[in-house]
Amino acid sequence: MQTDFALLEHYYRQMLLIRRFEEKCVEMYSHEKIRGFLHLYIGEEAIAVGVTDAVGPEDNVLATYREHGHAIARGILPKTIMAEMFGKAEGCCLGRGGSMHLFDAATRFYGGSAIVGAGLPLAVGMALADKRMKRSRVTVCFFGDGAVAEGEFHESLNLAALWQLPILFVCENNRYGMGTALELSQSEPNLAKKALSYRITASQVDGMDVLEVAKAATHAVSQIKEGGGPVFLECLAYRFRGHSMFDAELYRDKAEVEEWKKKDPLLVLQSKLESEGSWTSTKKDEIEKEVAAIVNEAVEYAEQGTLEPLEDLEKFVYSSGADQ
Amino acid sequence: MSETITYREALRAAISEAMQKDERVFLMGEDVGRYGGSFAVSMGLLEQFGSERIIDTPLSESAFTGAGIGAALNGMRPIVEIMTVNFSLLALDQIMNNAATILHMSGGQFNVPLVIRMATGGGKQLGAQHSHSLEGWYAHIPGLKVLTPATVQDAYDMVGLALADPDPVLIFENSLLYNAKGELDTVATPLPIGKAKTMRSGKDVSILTYGISLFKALEAAEILSKEGIEAEVIDLRSLRPLDDMAIMESVRKTHRVLIVDEGWKSGSISAEIMARINEQAFYELDAPMIRVCSAEVPFPYAHHLEQAALPQPEKIVAAAKKLMEGI
Ligand SMILES: Cc1ncc(C[n+]2csc(CCOP(=O)(O)OP(=O)(O)O)c2C)c(N)n1
Ligand SMILES: [Mg+2]
Repeated sequence: MQTDFALLEHYYRQMLLIRRFEEKCVEMYSHEKIRGFLHLYIGEEAIAVGVTDAVGPEDNVLATYREHGHAIARGILPKTIMAEMFGKAEGCCLGRGGSMHLFDAATRFYGGSAIVGAGLPLAVGMALADKRMKRSRVTVCFFGDGAVAEGEFHESLNLAALWQLPILFVCENNRYGMGTALELSQSEPNLAKKALSYRITASQVDGMDVLEVAKAATHAVSQIKEGGGPVFLECLAYRFRGHSMFDAELYRDKAEVEEWKKKDPLLVLQSKLESEGSWTSTKKDEIEKEVAAIVNEAVEYAEQGTLEPLEDLEKFVYSSGADQ
Repeated sequence: MSETITYREALRAAISEAMQKDERVFLMGEDVGRYGGSFAVSMGLLEQFGSERIIDTPLSESAFTGAGIGAALNGMRPIVEIMTVNFSLLALDQIMNNAATILHMSGGQFNVPLVIRMATGGGKQLGAQHSHSLEGWYAHIPGLKVLTPATVQDAYDMVGLALADPDPVLIFENSLLYNAKGELDTVATPLPIGKAKTMRSGKDVSILTYGISLFKALEAAEILSKEGIEAEVIDLRSLRPLDDMAIMESVRKTHRVLIVDEGWKSGSISAEIMARINEQAFYELDAPMIRVCSAEVPFPYAHHLEQAALPQPEKIVAAAKKLMEGI
């Protein structure tokens, strides 16, 4: 894959946008503007950015409750995501979904699911539909290492392989499911091997390196589009923050977190940009400013948003509107 | 022997005491150990009892609930913690098709002394996959017992009651109650499973409720009292079995019934209670029964919508007044 400078810069901008957006979310959470659960993707940005870059607008994306990064990378406007988390009618789901349930038809972003593993069977169905209708589309399904323990994971991988469905399974292995380390939940912690046992093309990639992720995802997508069946990417990464805003992080050492922070995907990419030569601190500041403007605009937009009227409470239960 | 502690601490104390008393008791579930429990109920228990009795499981609700059933069949007294009722749906097959049926299918040879605890309820802006109150569904199933502790005393007592029961018992803990404080008496004999408790006496209207709605009902009763309406508030405590006797007794006293339930109306426990009153005490009623339930909508995230979807003291007050109309 070519690693032209503009592309690297694009990745950097995207990852930085996700990072700064989420840092702002933390601030907004402490101001109680955002409520409920807030799961941060900080540290894992390279996965969403690298994978999303490999797919086209016709492809489908499914993610988890830790999906701000995927939503932003996919092109959902940060301001409508922020408004969603503020519970405002201007949010991408009118404030009905919140942080864990971002959906967007325009970008074929099918959520935002807060039941671990629940996205995988949906991906199977979406891909089945595309295959039946002879549409050249890939369904990208993101999920965590924790999901691998669910029955739905195994049932879905089996079906995807059996029916040779166009799915890119992206396992975001950040080493923990809440407070339970991977070694304590998997007899075989190499998760790609599980996919291999279902006869799915599978590999492990460095999930802290956006270029590695993008390379592997691009390769996978072309293989899938050529009719090669599903592909499984296990992206090895780490979440720098707690599981959610309520996590006291009793289960891991601070030193371990610090060790992983040295592999911050932004730092990894920055050093590549630096070695490319034309990267300057002015350029970096420029991107910071651009990103800050987007994030600030998002907050302003969310602040100014309106609330759906209470009379509409029972809307969207049936397509026809009313429960009659 | 009475002290003021939180609902969470009451649960923890009861689990810890049960584990000290009975080697067969163990706790198993997601993040019950190293994380300290997703609602911190089991905080410290891993250190106290070790990882053979405080077992962190992978995200495998169906498998570890089924494993709990198997262990119960084979002489243990497992407490399975499912983080929230929403995730119990992944284990519903095990709960319904195994736990609830094995005694019957085996012609009484094998009983399943299993306790399953889970958090329930909305009100924390967690959206439509983390906020529902499905305890009423479980009360549909013969073979299960369904407990809904509202008070600190019941949080404590019901763990012991459930463990002493020879059959599967589900305990639903409303997650907004974990921090609630209350009096705990550790020596009094617990009120048995299947007994409701009158939390406030009144002559005008019976408010039948359970779980967190109990406190909303009590709040409403105070407001009503100032307006001259004396509500009797009954904590059902157990949704299966239901205490028909206590319910009918109160109906015969007040002749007016208001049911408060955080579940939805359609096909619900509130509907079941109405049906039983209809069957057993229809001629005692002076007015049509009335319900305050959650709006018939998956729970919205936005605060104002979620609050509007939930039963609230004002809605209970308004409903009670409606019941009293024409007097
Ligand atoms: C079926 C189900 N069980 C439990 C939970 C509670 N829970 C939410 S996230 C989580 C950990 C998931 O870990 P992983 O899949 O590795 O994703 P990560 O949070 O690390 O991104 C748990 C246990 C849930 N949401 N759904
Ligand atoms: Mg994980």
